[in-house]
Amino acid sequence: MSDITMPNVAAIERSRHGSSIGQPVTRREGHLKVTGQAGYAADYNPPGLLHAVMAVSGISRGRVTHLDVAAAEAHPGVVKVMTPANAPKLAKSPDDKDHGFMFRMNVLQNDSVRFANQPIAVVIAETLEAATEGVALLRPRYAEEPARIGLDGSAAFALQAVGAGAPAKGGIGDIEAGLAEAATRFEATYETPAQYHNPLEPHATVAEWDGDKLVLHTPSQGLTMAQGRIAGLFGIDPANILIKSPFLGGGFGAKGLFSGPQVLGIMAARFVGRPVKLVLRREQMFGPVGHRGETRQTLRLGADSTGGLTALEHNTLTTTSFYDDFFEPAGTTSRHLYASPAIATSHEGVRADIGTPIFMRAPGEAPGSAALECAIDELAVKAGMDPLDFRLRNYAEIEPITGKPFSSKALRQCYAQGAARFGWASRPRAPRQMRDDDGLLVGWGVGTATFPAMIFPSEARAVLRVDGSARVEIGAQDMGQGAWTSLAQIAADGLGVDYDKLDLEIGSSALPTGGIAGGSAGTATAGSAIHHAAADVIKKLAALATSDERSPLFGAGNSGVVPRDGRLVRQDDESRGESYASILARAGLAEIDGKGSAGPNPSMQESYAMHSHGAVFAEVKVDPDFGQIRVTRLVGAFAAGRIINPRMVRSQYYGGMIWGVGFALHEHAAADPRSGRLMNANLAEYHVPVNADVPLIEAILVEEHDPHVNVLGLKGVGEIGITGTVGAIANAVWHATGVRARAFPITLDTLLERPGDI
Amino acid sequence: MAKTLIELTINGEQAEALVESRTLLIHFLREQMNLTGAHIGCDTGHCGACTVEIDGMSVKSCMTFAVQAAGAQITTIEGIAGADGTLSAVQEGFRMMHGLQCGYCTPGMILRAHRLLLENPAPTESEIRYGIAGNLCRCTGYVNIVKAIQYAAAKINGTPFQEAAE
Repeated sequence: MSDITMPNVAAIERSRHGSSIGQPVTRREGHLKVTGQAGYAADYNPPGLLHAVMAVSGISRGRVTHLDVAAAEAHPGVVKVMTPANAPKLAKSPDDKDHGFMFRMNVLQNDSVRFANQPIAVVIAETLEAATEGVALLRPRYAEEPARIGLDGSAAFALQAVGAGAPAKGGIGDIEAGLAEAATRFEATYETPAQYHNPLEPHATVAEWDGDKLVLHTPSQGLTMAQGRIAGLFGIDPANILIKSPFLGGGFGAKGLFSGPQVLGIMAARFVGRPVKLVLRREQMFGPVGHRGETRQTLRLGADSTGGLTALEHNTLTTTSFYDDFFEPAGTTSRHLYASPAIATSHEGVRADIGTPIFMRAPGEAPGSAALECAIDELAVKAGMDPLDFRLRNYAEIEPITGKPFSSKALRQCYAQGAARFGWASRPRAPRQMRDDDGLLVGWGVGTATFPAMIFPSEARAVLRVDGSARVEIGAQDMGQGAWTSLAQIAADGLGVDYDKLDLEIGSSALPTGGIAGGSAGTATAGSAIHHAAADVIKKLAALATSDERSPLFGAGNSGVVPRDGRLVRQDDESRGESYASILARAGLAEIDGKGSAGPNPSMQESYAMHSHGAVFAEVKVDPDFGQIRVTRLVGAFAAGRIINPRMVRSQYYGGMIWGVGFALHEHAAADPRSGRLMNANLAEYHVPVNADVPLIEAILVEEHDPHVNVLGLKGVGEIGITGTVGAIANAVWHATGVRARAFPITLDTLLERPGDI
Repeated sequence: MAKTLIELTINGEQAEALVESRTLLIHFLREQMNLTGAHIGCDTGHCGACTVEIDGMSVKSCMTFAVQAAGAQITTIEGIAGADGTLSAVQEGFRMMHGLQCGYCTPGMILRAHRLLLENPAPTESEIRYGIAGNLCRCTGYVNIVKAIQYAAAKINGTPFQEAAE
């Protein structure tokens, strides 16, 4: 490992001095958000704006044979109807795919229908009302073919890769031998449904063309990718595309890849030669902008007489569309969570007449760990062990299938601190042992949380001004996680300036590429680039000072000075230094700038396994007569390296855990098997947790130092909260009732379908 | 489409406008009056992002026609702060207690919390949770939203508020 460049740990620690990093500051954009002044894409109303509304397919498979365009265009206020017959032809097929981070799209290039809710026309009008009425007047007719829906709707097939490109198969050892030698064996199949991201802000575009130049207001978790995608489709220079996305009303993966409806908004503006706003209706969010694919996961496990795993097999069947390829990587969790001499994971795909699934908050890990944590729990019970003891017995000291050490792993402390806070030690082993004062059954469960620590390529620019203020620019995206704040904290410390003197600019494609706000990697990605840009500025400033005999820092050498509160000071004697203003003024400079970049470090990735970890403890109460399930308490303890802002990190954990409540008990997109249409494509019947569903939640930040993962020593926090929570709740339901539910969401009918079970 | 002249008061200011009878209040506010703080999340009255006040009641403005607001007093997020820009207690609570993430639900959440505290000045935690159950936060910031409303209640009532130790 001698060829590895070690991050300068001392430098990281030094930058904590008097720092913004680690402080629980509130949001920089908080005032804008509580006064209604934060501008989301659909809030932008340029002069001459027209409104576009999509007509979407009422069938899942076939062709559109007729649209009553004349009726729609005759409606007062309707300007034009865009259909496959007249829509602008794109410069390249929307089905061409240069890389995996790209949606194939349905954007009126032909009359085929590949899923329900697919756009089939766009009505453009002077008002939203007229456009909406125009859509109603189109009265489409179809040549319909039978829909193929669900995990059994077509033949399963083998896969090479899943998720963002992980191998579909992976493992070590001999599963059959491991099972043969096991003292206890367990096998079960778990199912997770299709789930839809449903950010509260529907996808919206406000597109303005000026010749071949495009200005676009639209929410994006990946501005540079979006810019490239648009450039390819419209045959224009990426430099001619300006995307503004300062605030996203949530994303969760749905705004990661540029989607068909967003392209239609751009096409519509070109089609009519005026600015056009296109906003999806909620039901239109169920189809063309991605979802979490459903899974059927079969696990076979064996343990020896001491509770040590001898085999862990995790096979996943998952749906995708007939026209694109994205496969939920549910089995990858089993590759790195528990030690076992034999591990086998595999994935198979099945195609359905649905919109293509995509990454959704904790892709892979959410459904994968849901099944794994239930199966581990079931095996623990079968082996006669406490579920937490069983997990500790099988603690992975190294990443099981690669043999790599972890860059850091404070999971043991997560278990300990979470269990202590929750009071796990007093839990009776057997189910149905606890009741509350109202006679409700009470159950406790545990689940292990895990999510990989990633980073994407990014670039940043930093400027220090003679007046002591600073500016940092990066095309990073804040979809709600708090990038406006945490990136400013990182920037302020990197430049040694007061947090309030730091201007941060993010959320525009005109800025240096900020990578992707996804994969729980947004802060690592943009923060690392900012850190390096700031270091570049300081290095240049230090060169000015240390080479100038009029400076008190003359001769100190570049590495011998550090930034502190608007000054460079000698590292060996912090009382000796010079202000930035003085250094710049003497050099006759109004400002000095620097650049930095970041991205994956192949040698580190080769040497270390990098994951965040956590432990979640859940309490549920179940009505013994009606089977009604309530989560009444959640304690999560998470270790994710360095914490930039504990207030916002805790909020991410809370949010993730509440998504876990939704996964365990609420979320389920139900398709009509005859038509393929979703029966609950709205927020009335697609249930997500409301505040009244949410229990007392605690999130413990477990200290963890990671000198390897990236220059800032931080891991992601946005998704991990879901992962342990789902299993913890399911296991608590069993502990309360004695019923093992193996299909999510767990609903009261699951508990009641076997009379006498509760 | 025939239009109707409506007169109403929005955030304390008299306004009159010509609206089509099919125009929803949320679209009228956002597109005609350029008051874009209230958002559209679901179109079916379930998410609460469009919550405004009509004559002292929390109303989901995606479920209300603009003509129904004729003669009414309407308050939106743009009118909830003091005339000098001082944040209301509820706004301050959301700001200080981090009762927001992406912010899209926040204006509706604040309008609902504002009315909740007028209806029930000292709500229990459970009353808060149920009182704003019609406002979704998908991110989800529910834990801090409760704290934000507790902070606001304490400020309005002049009682001490102690943020739970974190």
